[in-house]
Amino acid sequence: MFGAGGGTSSYREIEEAEVVLLWGSNARDAHPIFFHHLLKGLDNGARMYAVDPRRSSSAKFADVWLGLEVGSDIALANAVGREIIAAGLHDRDFIERSSTGFENYRAHVDPYTLEEAERLTGVPAHAIGEMAHAYASAETAQILWTLGITEHHNAVENVLSLCNLALLTGHVGKWGSGLVPLRGQNNVQGGGDMGALPNKFPGFQDIDDPEAQAKFQSAYGVPLNDMPGLHLTLMFEAMGQGTIKGLYVIGENPADSEADVERARKLLKGLDLLVVQDIFMTRTAEMADVVLPASVGWAECEGTVTSSERRVQRVRAAVPPPGECRHDHEILGELARRLGVNWGDPSPQDLWDELRSLSPMHAGMSYERLEEAGGLQWPCLDLEHPGSPFLHGWLYEEDLGGRQPAPFSITNYEGPKEQLTEEFPLRLTTGRALDSYNTGVQSNAFSSPIRYGDEIDMNPDDANRLGIGDGERVLVSSPRGSVEMGVRIQADLPQGLTFTTFHFPELVDTNMLTNDEWDPRSGTAEFKAASVRIEKIAGAGFDADG
Amino acid sequence: MADLFIGPDYADGVEIAAVTAAIGDDPAVVHETERLVIGGGARRHERRHLLLPALHALQRAKGWISPGGLNHVSELLQVPPAEAYGVASFYEMFRLDEPESDGAVTHVCVDAACQITANEDLIAEIEAAGGRVHRSPCLGQCERAPARFVQGVGGPDHVPADEVVVERKIPQQGDSALRLLKNIGLVDPTSLASYRQHGGYTALERAIELGSEGVCDAVVESGLSGRGGAAFPTGQKWRAVAAERDRPKHVVANCDESEPGTFKDRVLMENDPFAIIEALTVAGFATGAENGWIYIRGEYPLATDRLRHAIDQCRGAGLLGADAAGTGHAFDIEIRRGAGAYICGEETALFASLEGFRGEPRSKPPFPTTHGLFGEPTAINNPETLINALDVVLHGAAEYRSRGTEQSPGTKLLCVSGQIGRPGVYEVEFGTTLGQVIDLAGGITGSRNLAAVLMGGAAGTFVGPEALDMPLTLEDTRKRGTTLGSGVVMPFTDEIDMTAICVRISEFFRNESCGQCVPCRVGTVRQNETLVQIQRTRGLTAQRRDLMGDVGQVMADASICGLGHTAASAINSALALGLIREAV
Amino acid sequence: MTDPKATVSLTIDGRRVHVPAGTSIHKACEAANIDTPTLCWAENLTPVNVCRVCVVEVEGSRALVPSCARAVEEDMIVETDSERVRHSRKMVLEFLGSGVDLSQADELAEWVDHYGADLDRYDQPGLPAQRMNEKPKIQDDLYIRDYDKCVLCYKCVEACGDDAQHTYAIAVSGRGFDARISTEFDVTLPDSACVYCGNCIGVCPTGAIQFKTEFDMREAGEWRPEDQSVTTTVCSFCGVGCNLELHTQDDRIVKVTSPTDHSVTQGHLCIKGRFGWTYVQPPKRR
Repeated sequence: MFGAGGGTSSYREIEEAEVVLLWGSNARDAHPIFFHHLLKGLDNGARMYAVDPRRSSSAKFADVWLGLEVGSDIALANAVGREIIAAGLHDRDFIERSSTGFENYRAHVDPYTLEEAERLTGVPAHAIGEMAHAYASAETAQILWTLGITEHHNAVENVLSLCNLALLTGHVGKWGSGLVPLRGQNNVQGGGDMGALPNKFPGFQDIDDPEAQAKFQSAYGVPLNDMPGLHLTLMFEAMGQGTIKGLYVIGENPADSEADVERARKLLKGLDLLVVQDIFMTRTAEMADVVLPASVGWAECEGTVTSSERRVQRVRAAVPPPGECRHDHEILGELARRLGVNWGDPSPQDLWDELRSLSPMHAGMSYERLEEAGGLQWPCLDLEHPGSPFLHGWLYEEDLGGRQPAPFSITNYEGPKEQLTEEFPLRLTTGRALDSYNTGVQSNAFSSPIRYGDEIDMNPDDANRLGIGDGERVLVSSPRGSVEMGVRIQADLPQGLTFTTFHFPELVDTNMLTNDEWDPRSGTAEFKAASVRIEKIAGAGFDADG
Repeated sequence: MADLFIGPDYADGVEIAAVTAAIGDDPAVVHETERLVIGGGARRHERRHLLLPALHALQRAKGWISPGGLNHVSELLQVPPAEAYGVASFYEMFRLDEPESDGAVTHVCVDAACQITANEDLIAEIEAAGGRVHRSPCLGQCERAPARFVQGVGGPDHVPADEVVVERKIPQQGDSALRLLKNIGLVDPTSLASYRQHGGYTALERAIELGSEGVCDAVVESGLSGRGGAAFPTGQKWRAVAAERDRPKHVVANCDESEPGTFKDRVLMENDPFAIIEALTVAGFATGAENGWIYIRGEYPLATDRLRHAIDQCRGAGLLGADAAGTGHAFDIEIRRGAGAYICGEETALFASLEGFRGEPRSKPPFPTTHGLFGEPTAINNPETLINALDVVLHGAAEYRSRGTEQSPGTKLLCVSGQIGRPGVYEVEFGTTLGQVIDLAGGITGSRNLAAVLMGGAAGTFVGPEALDMPLTLEDTRKRGTTLGSGVVMPFTDEIDMTAICVRISEFFRNESCGQCVPCRVGTVRQNETLVQIQRTRGLTAQRRDLMGDVGQVMADASICGLGHTAASAINSALALGLIREAV
Repeated sequence: MTDPKATVSLTIDGRRVHVPAGTSIHKACEAANIDTPTLCWAENLTPVNVCRVCVVEVEGSRALVPSCARAVEEDMIVETDSERVRHSRKMVLEFLGSGVDLSQADELAEWVDHYGADLDRYDQPGLPAQRMNEKPKIQDDLYIRDYDKCVLCYKCVEACGDDAQHTYAIAVSGRGFDARISTEFDVTLPDSACVYCGNCIGVCPTGAIQFKTEFDMREAGEWRPEDQSVTTTVCSFCGVGCNLELHTQDDRIVKVTSPTDHSVTQGHLCIKGRFGWTYVQPPKRR
């Protein structure tokens, strides 16, 4: 919407914001140290609204928790937008100068009254109105989100519906206000920045931009393909259609982590060749024809990673990799050599300096400066550039710094792809636990006193109706499969909603249940909204001692 | 603010009902619907001060604070259980383990004035009858030593002595020269009408005529200084608070009278409660504060009841509330009971306690006049000071200054106990000598000679018989290296084992140190240990004398608050006077 | 509000010092190259000024003043090495050493020597000085709490609560010398609100709260700080970008801390950052 993809704000800004909308994010558990910055903000008097189907540990800090129905985010966002306009709280100057498409947006959100939003989201109208007024009236306000927004079949629309609110109020492009997607891994941001996207060169330069193409071809000394590649979800589609027959997987465990994992495993098994480069024998590695043992990026390798505030920081080798494990760049170099290309023996720093020569937003980030400054935030255009604490300041410049104004987006409420049915009457949503990480291959190595394993959280009334007690074993089924789990009764969970993590695939294959309906624009599957049925397991009596 | 984790224990119906009765049932987190919850830091912040009353309710309901009860309160107020436990365990009156037997606990005082009576016999007697006894620090009833206070379980607390009808309220009853004690025995302490009949609330009327600045001016001109011990000029304090704008402001009556040997404020509160309410209203008017607070020590049940009753009557009569007494200014008063902690008489510790935290003092500066209760501008005075202010407002600064001395104008309440003929509260003009006071109170008792007088309480100093000619003024006591402090005058004859008295004083500080700063937390222990060594070995060696000097100096120099600063002063004076002898 | 750009001039030990308004006396001493002992003070925590080991003499102030918490004032006259200051600092060290096991309080040892503190002079035959007298609490695989080493500096409570984590699993309970750092009713850490962020350990100056790995290695006589090196890197468990300091000994990670001066963490981490390294080495990877 505004250009390069990255959180617009620094963590420090969260400490100074007046209003914070934490939307579809349980940062308290998933991004605990980011949450420390938010806590400072709250201690400084910020007002916090948590938008989440679950009253998560983050939401417990909120002044107001709005427990919307899973997948009704756009209805809520559009209603907030409508209310801001209806109350005359939108920033007319900002809209006039820095945006396009306002009138269309206004007309489009007009049906989303507070009452209509209450009907669609389940959240009382007055609370939605209050959040709208607070957000629009604040001097500084932040919208923060995570996978609660993006793990839906309409992820991009969800994000755009939030961006609309910032555009409506001018809460982007100035210190203290912004839009921040929190990244799930230490280099999700960096991966995209480095061009690990199907349609981008490093530094978010389009592969079909002739100028960029020329630059990279001349630097690399080979002609480059200008056809966009496939993202992960499309790769699996292509595997289904038989157009992809070989797969080289680096540091990913799709045999556990894909939605509708049963189908994913089938497709992986059907490949002619599967190469896995990983630090562990993951379930995917076990299926591979060739396994290339790799090193731990943050403890055994030199290099950089980029955080959710676009801060590029150094990782360093503290211990040597065990056995035959080798560094990723060495494995790739060696592979190239075997394929007949000699890339020489560049150090991580050499590779970084090459990147700096090609990606303008990284140009000023020498290893030396990264070391001194404790990391730098892109864009950092030259060696004198201090880095950029926040993005899109041009939105506040009279001539927009020569850029095009930012467009409002038209976003429609659809709800989850998988509607609830009589057969599968409960909604299942998933999320992270504080002490665990993804499929658990790393985090399950330490003995956490606060770890709970394979429970499914249920509302007490739902459990009661089904005659299920706390701690009881149940069978959880979705249209894709069934797994056995223990029940944890959670008074805070709205009726009809269930929740679980996905950190223990060896105990519970949660992703047997999740829906692989995906967003054509982002390639993300709808992990957050499946429909399920929960049944007592015959013979499993209720243990009164719990 | 925390994402609270509450353990598996639940409160029972009795505990829940007790808490609801004490603090209502408006929780810090409101579940408006299944999909809308209102919470947040501001709501928690606003309710935190209800923690102490809630803990009192639990203690009274069950005789202890159970894990389930603590969880209930923690959840209701959104106070982390570990913090709530930290607060509860700070106070002497709260138990955190289940008592072996039901029923009330009798607190029997073991401090100086009671130590020289048959208090140990009393303890033995109660225990023999199957009663539970808690050996307590000074209960503020030194004139009726040995003092008792009964902490109820399932019923109210009470003081047995309050149930005995005593004809003569105070020794000076009927003396027309009395200014501060004039209402006592004359005004019915349960009747606003009676108070008004005897001139009550004319000072507030006069204050309204003077205007708030006029009141501050009069108090400044009067030279009135704080009667809690620190003797800070009251008018300056009020002016400083009055000068603060655009923030909520508070006036607090520091009724946490806990200095061993001190009971004057209790006598005022029990017998002239309306005067304290009126005086606090005047202070609120003068400073522009809308919030009045009374923090009263937990061992004063009668005074608490009388003040509560007085507040209700005044509120009913429009003397408190949206337009308090026609001042055009909103003012109301809330009462908070302490729970047994000497340190909470220190003003910043009192604020922390009232706010629902451990009663730990804060460093000054900043001072209460800018950063007091809830971090907001606060004027804090004790009852004696407040009653003095009424006198100033009513009769003017010049008239007030006609008594006492230039540097110590007015009259002073003295708490006379120990080996004395007629123990009690006495009002004398500043400048009266120590000898005159002892004579006024019936002279020393016992068959032997006066050995020493404890001035100002445990935080004060001993003086010898040569000080009987000392005029009791701020300036003269300072000159002689002693203090009036809270007005304690406690004579001992040479038949008393003064080493034992000093051991107990050191034990008092050891028990009452809040534990926050190292000099006081450890210093009070080392001082007590050394005195016990001296007592047991009959050996006041040079090495022990040096050690006590070192310990005393670091406590005085480097402690956070007055408790540590003065924890060695009585002991030092006893050493200097030779009261602690090499061979006892 | 003080103008952040204003400069304050004061005299410390007879020298004129110029520092920005709002600077603490402690920081002003640092600027003047005067070393000050501290215990309860830390870069990443709000000063609680309870240990009193950093006290200085300020002209016009009756009692000594905690340098960590008091801001400089124009023309203030500060003495950091007067007899009163030396006496108080020595006594505070003696008080701590006489009741607490300071064997792992490395920073204090120098100061004990410097001020000539005699930690043993309070014990008398038959009448030993009261000590903490606590046994180590070992309740899980990640932490130990050895309150015999606790100086009640409040740092762990601050890190667990207001200043970082806002979990409030531990607080000060009791009063006076009997005050202890405790959970509610002293329940075990796994039964408390604790989320094992390790931020209490990160700030503990005496080893009273310790990683169990370190405790076990110390017990086994295998803890060799002189053979350890520290490498700063970035945690991989989410996208926040927390800096980790990996402490390694014999090519193995033995402890994780975070730099207190880094803008992302201010020295604080979460359970994954503190303990997530376990998988890097055997038995998980061979």
